[in-house]
Amino acid sequence: MNELLGKLAACIEFGKVNLASPYPPHMKDQEGADEITRRALDGGVDPQDILYFGLMPGMERVGIKFRENRVFVPQVLMSARAMSTAMLHLKPYFLSGAARQKGTYIIGTVLGDLHDIGKNLVAMMVEGNGYKVVDLGTDVNSEKFIAAIKENTGAVVGLSALLTTTMVNMQHITSEIKKAVPETLVTIGGAPVNHDFCKKIGADFYAPDPQGVVEFLNKK
Amino acid sequence: MGRIIQELKKGRVLVSDGAWGTYLHRKGLKPGECPEAWNIRHPDDVLDIAISYIEAGADMIETNSFGGNSLKLANYGLADQVYTFNRRAAEISRKAAGADHFVLGSVGPTGKMLITEEVTADELYQAFREQSMALEAGGADAIVVETMTDLEEARLAVMAALENTACEVICTMTFSRTLDGEYRTMMGISPAEMTEALVAAGASIIGANCGNGIADMIGIVKEIRQKDPSIPILIHANAGMPQYCDGETVFPESPADMAARVKEIIGAGASIIGGCCGTTPGHIRAIRQVIGS
Repeated sequence: MNELLGKLAACIEFGKVNLASPYPPHMKDQEGADEITRRALDGGVDPQDILYFGLMPGMERVGIKFRENRVFVPQVLMSARAMSTAMLHLKPYFLSGAARQKGTYIIGTVLGDLHDIGKNLVAMMVEGNGYKVVDLGTDVNSEKFIAAIKENTGAVVGLSALLTTTMVNMQHITSEIKKAVPETLVTIGGAPVNHDFCKKIGADFYAPDPQGVVEFLNKK
Repeated sequence: MGRIIQELKKGRVLVSDGAWGTYLHRKGLKPGECPEAWNIRHPDDVLDIAISYIEAGADMIETNSFGGNSLKLANYGLADQVYTFNRRAAEISRKAAGADHFVLGSVGPTGKMLITEEVTADELYQAFREQSMALEAGGADAIVVETMTDLEEARLAVMAALENTACEVICTMTFSRTLDGEYRTMMGISPAEMTEALVAAGASIIGANCGNGIADMIGIVKEIRQKDPSIPILIHANAGMPQYCDGETVFPESPADMAARVKEIIGAGASIIGGCCGTTPGHIRAIRQVIGS
């Protein structure tokens, strides 16, 4: 079993989706996340173990490499794609309660901002690390965030912005969230924001890269 | 055609313009509002920006069309306005530029990624073709494909402009510094890789915009120059990286800060210098003073 999950972790790390996928070149003609996850489940491996010892280590490794600038967005997207393929096999177990995710993360790009690449990267990385992700999309106002928080008790929130002109909307959204559901933790990210800005607007955590969010959630 | 190149061949260093996006917001563009729609709704404000850069001493000005491709305008339900918005954008800048300044039609990324298969190469090409042709119809001398991070998208935009207009084609990408001190776009492309691909695609001027203040642009210029001994280099640097102060974002580098680095960046190989986010007519005036007329 360990061998299978080790292989699965490598598929996630290097973005090997399935047997047919030519990417990455060094894993050509090998089974991908799709086949290995199916085979593990058919062989009786606990879906929880597949998540914890197959998907999560692979996602963690790519997250660290991305943080260290040893891989870039395309590699992360391929890893995320491999992860999503494996997740399709695991979804029924999450829904039935046979396997559990670690918590819920609600994410959206803030009001006025339509950029979703960074937000999507974080969503994929957080999901691949064992969390349920509620993706509210782009141009999201405080009401939508609050409604999602009320539906998902205890969820942590992530606000994304790419533009210097929209990052200011994070302040209003954060304060509305804290007013409505005071114990909610708010994380922020995006090219123009930083730790200092996070403190000034009353948010709880800033991460310069997706792995930082994962580590924050894991510590919480 | 090729008029900008002709000027550069005389050994001139040219001055480009500064920010449009941050300037439009100062004039009242709301977050979430379509900037290109201002070419129709508030043409006088757009014209004001263009004129202010010409008056500051720019040899060339861009157009308010950065997000004017159909894929991006679709976010606002305005995909059918590509021709109107872009043609008008070029007309406004042409009016400010007159006959003796150049108009660069701005073409930004679509926000869609080839690698995730949310868009095809042909769809990208068609979107850039439509936009470039409208900019030419409005009087653009050149097309500047800018803020690109994916090399294939950049290449498709350059090809679409070259094959469907008579404009000179410029292309700049956006780099940031890695922990190892190298420069890469978000998609992992280095200045050297960009240079090889875009020169081969037929761009007549290449370079970098956004993502950095002028100090970090110097290293990018050096890498391009090392890869190609003669391709003209254009740099549009930010006024530093944004900081948050009293409820608004500010860019820390003053016109004097930026001007102080102009000689060094020309020495490294750049021959067209202008600004990106946070730069103002004041920055362009200061750059003009260093370069002289």
